[in-house]
Amino acid sequence: MTDMPAEAFPLPRPSATGNLLRHARHVLAGNPVTAFSFLLLLFLVGCALLGPSLVPYDPQASNSMRALQPPSAQHLFGTDQLGRDILSRVVAATRLDLGIAFFSVALVFAVGGLAGVAAGFFGGWTDRIVGRLADTIMAFPLFVLAMGVVAALGNTVTNIVLATAIVNFPLYARIARGEALVRREAGYVQAARLCGNGEMRILLTTILPNILPIMAVQMSLTMGYAILNAAGLSFIGLGVRPPTPEWGIMVAEGASFIVSGEWWVALFPGLALMLAVFCFNLLGDGLRDIVDPQRRT
Amino acid sequence: MSDIPLLDIRDLSVEFATRRGTVRAVERVDLSIAKGETVAVVGESGSGKSVTSYAVMRILDRAGRIAEGSVTFSGMALRALPESEMRDLRGREISMIFQNPRAALNPIRKVGRQIEDVLRQHGQAGRADARARAIAVLEQVRIARPAERYHAYPYELSGGMCQRIVIALALACRPQLLIADEPTTGLDVTTQKSVMDLVTELTRARGMSTLLITHDLGLAATYCDRVVVMEKGRVVETAGAAEIFRAPSHPYTRRLMRATPRPGAGLRDLLPEGAAPFPPAPAPGAPLLRVEGLVKEYARQETGGFLARLAGRAAPEAPFRAVDGIGFEIRRGESLGLVGESGCGKSTTSMMIMRLLDPTAGRITFDGHDIGSIAARGFATSPLRRRIQMVFQDPTDSLNPRHSAARAISDPIRRLGTLRGAALASRVEELATLVGLPVALLDRFPHQLSGGQKARVGIARAIALDPDLVILDEPTAALDVSVQAVVLNLLHDLKLRLGMSYLFVSHDLNVVRLLCDRVIVMRAGRVEEEGPVAQVLERPAAAYTRELLAAIPHPPA
Repeated sequence: MTDMPAEAFPLPRPSATGNLLRHARHVLAGNPVTAFSFLLLLFLVGCALLGPSLVPYDPQASNSMRALQPPSAQHLFGTDQLGRDILSRVVAATRLDLGIAFFSVALVFAVGGLAGVAAGFFGGWTDRIVGRLADTIMAFPLFVLAMGVVAALGNTVTNIVLATAIVNFPLYARIARGEALVRREAGYVQAARLCGNGEMRILLTTILPNILPIMAVQMSLTMGYAILNAAGLSFIGLGVRPPTPEWGIMVAEGASFIVSGEWWVALFPGLALMLAVFCFNLLGDGLRDIVDPQRRT
Repeated sequence: MSDIPLLDIRDLSVEFATRRGTVRAVERVDLSIAKGETVAVVGESGSGKSVTSYAVMRILDRAGRIAEGSVTFSGMALRALPESEMRDLRGREISMIFQNPRAALNPIRKVGRQIEDVLRQHGQAGRADARARAIAVLEQVRIARPAERYHAYPYELSGGMCQRIVIALALACRPQLLIADEPTTGLDVTTQKSVMDLVTELTRARGMSTLLITHDLGLAATYCDRVVVMEKGRVVETAGAAEIFRAPSHPYTRRLMRATPRPGAGLRDLLPEGAAPFPPAPAPGAPLLRVEGLVKEYARQETGGFLARLAGRAAPEAPFRAVDGIGFEIRRGESLGLVGESGCGKSTTSMMIMRLLDPTAGRITFDGHDIGSIAARGFATSPLRRRIQMVFQDPTDSLNPRHSAARAISDPIRRLGTLRGAALASRVEELATLVGLPVALLDRFPHQLSGGQKARVGIARAIALDPDLVILDEPTAALDVSVQAVVLNLLHDLKLRLGMSYLFVSHDLNVVRLLCDRVIVMRAGRVEEEGPVAQVLERPAAAYTRELLAAIPHPPA
């Protein structure tokens, strides 16, 4: 569990990483909820990496003899309308759902973060362009915008990643802009100018590393939203297509069976979804305490 | 004066729970204040002087707790008092003034209202008379046009005015004890004088007691009856203000007094005895920097309502002149002091010379090159960049929190110098040794270094490229006096060894006196007076200079 924060924070020096680990241990010891969310994250990542090879059944294999079986010792989460094992499908879906969320957040982190830092640091036209771009995106209901992007570009995993990244752009751009703005006239930025650093170099080597921790916290908080967004798109049929195991589709497929009493088809993927979002939200709060103890609420 | 003290602190110890176990910030402190007495607690940062006062008010943060001892306030044991009664006591019986007046005021509420709130909270005024009472209180703290200022928001007032409002808030309910925690740090000397005079006068007129917490021995001596010196959480000496300066008994008190800049003392006098005297300074050489008719204008915020602006009827106002036609010269090997109160344009001037800011008009000539015409944005890559460097005011803020000391010092060499690899590493070690920074500390990050060590890193970075001119922007303002004494000596040593010129920007005339050959007094963007340090400070020609000099509190010699 100790290697997770190190992964989340690309730190320049090992001694700083060592410090961070000590600090992380301190925060986790004093904050069991964060420790729990770390464990949960570890479990989810474990499922994503190893899940498909651990599950009892092939998540795609249908068996019409055992359709819509309630949870039992054989099928812990029951089976769906095609007789597929729901436990296997829920676990197998972790990789796709976390993958979409992770790559979309990584993409918006890179693009939105850079654009925001440049806007805050250079001001002027850069700021105006990035700001208006963010405003334009904010003008749409975000989920509708994501639907539109996927509908226009096509129903592929890449486009879901792209759509999720686009709707998160304003958030990242604004946070990065604000943080860059307060650091623009900081003493160490002036000092970097005196040392002969050009503006672009200051942006990349001085400002950016200093706002990374804050952005990393935002990344974790947005992960939960990104998972919901991806699942939501699939739920309304604009995302991943069946029969691929994915939480959103599974809930959508199971929804029609709730009325007839087969609650388990929708419940378990829904629970998995909730757990993942819950985990990232808790984790974000905990990360904020580690990175920036002043903002603790 | 009765025998029973108003506030009696006995054996007070305060503990803080930290990651590395509990830390005792205050250790068995005894302190008493009689009715009508003014007592100063003096100490450097980390001495526990503020924590002691927080413990009295019971406003320690969550990690802190009073471990033992008793606090008695006019017969009441404050430690055992329930929180509800304590709340009633704060503000009505014991008031507090904090260091940053702006932070202590609610920024979105009119100051008059804030005074009313306090009055009504403690039942000193009703709905009907609250406003009149608030205005009367404003009048008492010498706010001109109080009925008008009642409607002002904190941001509309200057730092000194805000501190007056805070004092008004603290004194509104006529408390018996006023605790002032560094009430004038961050204010100009003339403002400091008027604020302190006001506090003394009001407390004396009402027979109040005052506990003044300060790092400034001069301030303590000028305004207090008794001085308590604290070091590392303990009281090391308590004596009358006059005695303690005449015959300080504790070695720490002596060290502190020695380190305080004062008239008649040279740079070396600030250090413990035994430092070698300076070699004779060479006569200043040829002119290095010439500044002529330097002007910096800032556009004013547009006034007039939104509708007026919409209709294009807003009157175009003349831009604000932060620097209004400054001219001077610095010669090689010379140090020039630039003195003035906040907002006089001294920092703007230094930023323009530093080429971090473009002037509106005027010429800056550096060693024959017209550097004023090179845009600030492009100056970073100019070959002249390495010859003009700067030491910043706040050593913490000016170091990148993510770079080690070695990286900070080597940054200018990497960008503008030629040394690389092992040669660079050995040059960084050489520089560290030169500024007295232990080489073992080079791998540390700013938050792992003390204030003095950070100042040394900043100085090493500034001299890394052997600059001809170094601008020192209040380099010791954020440091304790004992550290300041060492850093000032270091700066002077370096100047003599490396033959640099200094432009020393400061508001502290005592420090300027120590380090500079010539001094310029600035006011409202203009030069008020210029001349050799001894002449300007001993026989000031301008009335403003005399006023500045008179406002400095001095420990009795």
